[in-house]
Amino acid sequence: MQTAVTILIDGLTYASWLFIVALGLTLVFGVLKILNIAHGSFYALGAYAAASFVGWAAALKWAPAFSIVAMMLAAVVVAVVVAPLTERALLRFFYGRDEVLLVLVTYALFLIMEDVTKLVWGANPYYVSEPYALFGNVSFGRQTWVGYDFALVALAVVIGVAVWWVLNRTRVGKVTLAVIHSAEVASSMGVDVSKVYMGAFSVGIFLAALGGAFTAPMISVQPGVSVGVIIVSFAVVIIGGLGSIQGAAIGALIVGLARSFAVHVAPVAELFSIYVVMAVVLMFRPEGLFQRTQARRI
Amino acid sequence: MGTPSSVPVPAGVAPGGLFASPGVRHAAAALGAFALLALVGSFAPKWLTFLLTMAAGNGLVSLGIVGLMRGGVVPFGQGMVFAIGGYAAALIYNRLGFTDAIGLALAGGIAAVLIAAPFAPLLSRYRGIFFAMLTLALSMVTYGLLMKLETFGGSDGFNLGRPTLLGQKLPDDRVGFILFLVTVGFAVVMAALARIYFDSTRGLVTLATRENELRVEYLGGSVRQAMAINFVLAAFCGGLGGALVVMALGHIEPTFSFWTTSGEFVFVAILAGWHSVVAVFVASTVLEVVRSFSSSYFPNTWQLALGVFLLLVIRFLPKGIGSLWHRERR
Repeated sequence: MQTAVTILIDGLTYASWLFIVALGLTLVFGVLKILNIAHGSFYALGAYAAASFVGWAAALKWAPAFSIVAMMLAAVVVAVVVAPLTERALLRFFYGRDEVLLVLVTYALFLIMEDVTKLVWGANPYYVSEPYALFGNVSFGRQTWVGYDFALVALAVVIGVAVWWVLNRTRVGKVTLAVIHSAEVASSMGVDVSKVYMGAFSVGIFLAALGGAFTAPMISVQPGVSVGVIIVSFAVVIIGGLGSIQGAAIGALIVGLARSFAVHVAPVAELFSIYVVMAVVLMFRPEGLFQRTQARRI
Repeated sequence: MGTPSSVPVPAGVAPGGLFASPGVRHAAAALGAFALLALVGSFAPKWLTFLLTMAAGNGLVSLGIVGLMRGGVVPFGQGMVFAIGGYAAALIYNRLGFTDAIGLALAGGIAAVLIAAPFAPLLSRYRGIFFAMLTLALSMVTYGLLMKLETFGGSDGFNLGRPTLLGQKLPDDRVGFILFLVTVGFAVVMAALARIYFDSTRGLVTLATRENELRVEYLGGSVRQAMAINFVLAAFCGGLGGALVVMALGHIEPTFSFWTTSGEFVFVAILAGWHSVVAVFVASTVLEVVRSFSSSYFPNTWQLALGVFLLLVIRFLPKGIGSLWHRERR
């Protein structure tokens, strides 16, 4: 029983930051049709930026509670400064090309960003411990969990609902859905598609950076954090179905629980449990859980 | 089906002479290339023969990817067969005491085929991003297993000693050159065979699949069969490459199966394009040169250089460097 609760809570915590990151990935894919390998690099960028911002906040003697604001700010800065620059200066030249070629473009971007983060922040690890203690501890039965973990779960729920609400209940969202459905038709109806592209990409990157910023307190921020995140969030969106919000949520839950189950019950399987789940899902649902099968082109 | 005489002769086959058969022409080209490379290798400094050995070994893996790319799918997990080939060769060397370089290379290729073949019918159903991701998942499962299995050396991997060749021990000062010859020899043979395969009926069915899958099936071709066979052939190339690289390095570790390794193979395949087999090895050499020069001159930014280089290629040479000299025949 105790183990089951532990697995559940660990899995939920893992799933929540993963959901935030994967939601960004699936949004970018849905609108721009780009499976962004560099998504993990933006996650890392968010984590590094959070480390710097929280450090400055501490230097300016802000109250510890403001470190949360500093982390938010870090994600916003990444989204407002880096994302539009990447989209305008690089990605727009490759729109409409083969999906796999676009993966290669973002792979190149990943290689570049990997070195750029090292040049800016160096190779030594950063620790962002202040925010982790903000929410105190929560006791449940004989065990104690860090409150921050639950805050992260709450944040994931808020983000998920917010993105769903914007997409389905606002004008901006409806325009975005129109572009997802057919960029050509949307464009002929007077939608400025390139603006939607830039906006969606920025929001997607914001979510990656936010995921990075809010996991920064739980990890040591160092070169290599991007590499692991990319493949795991790929697994999430592939399991859920590319471009689907519900899919990202369910995918994140499945991956989170599978991983925490493996960690606590069969540690040998930790490294590949996620990929086994992904392979099994793809075998039975080739397009993912929440994707309708598409007709073949003649 | 019409009579044989009504079958159109493929363009580019010149009538008459010793070089009339494409097989003879490709064999002659392979022999010529091997002689030239052997000559270059005998004069080249040690670092250059090693670099070319790595380029040829890694190029074999990318050659397999190009074979799949001709059918319109790109595997993002070819590190798996690369690792299987490497581990098979290294384990056979250490556990069974079989040390012949050519035998080990072939064993690597066969091991990769044996492990990859059961997945071929499954993978042949997938296209585009799903094919890429499923192969990626397989390679990451392999990576996870290799990291955890202590019998395979865990995350540190293990070393293997110096191979022999046809019963002869390799002398200290010549070992690099001889392994270079073996690797380049395999590379030219596989390149020639790949060219012959690409121009064969099945090779052309693969190419037609890239254009329009449904049309191929209406014409009586089996797309899934072609895809499955291409995947198995790519596995052989990958396993062969893995075994040859391991012999040259003398060490193997799980990162052989990590996704960034697979990414580099795809990088080379895209850089080469799917028109020319020679381009694959040129591209592989370019990658090795860029890697070794930038890692010694600017160790902190060599990935950056590689990324910018890749972007420039995709932007300005979308069909790969092979398109520079290989004109499409209509």
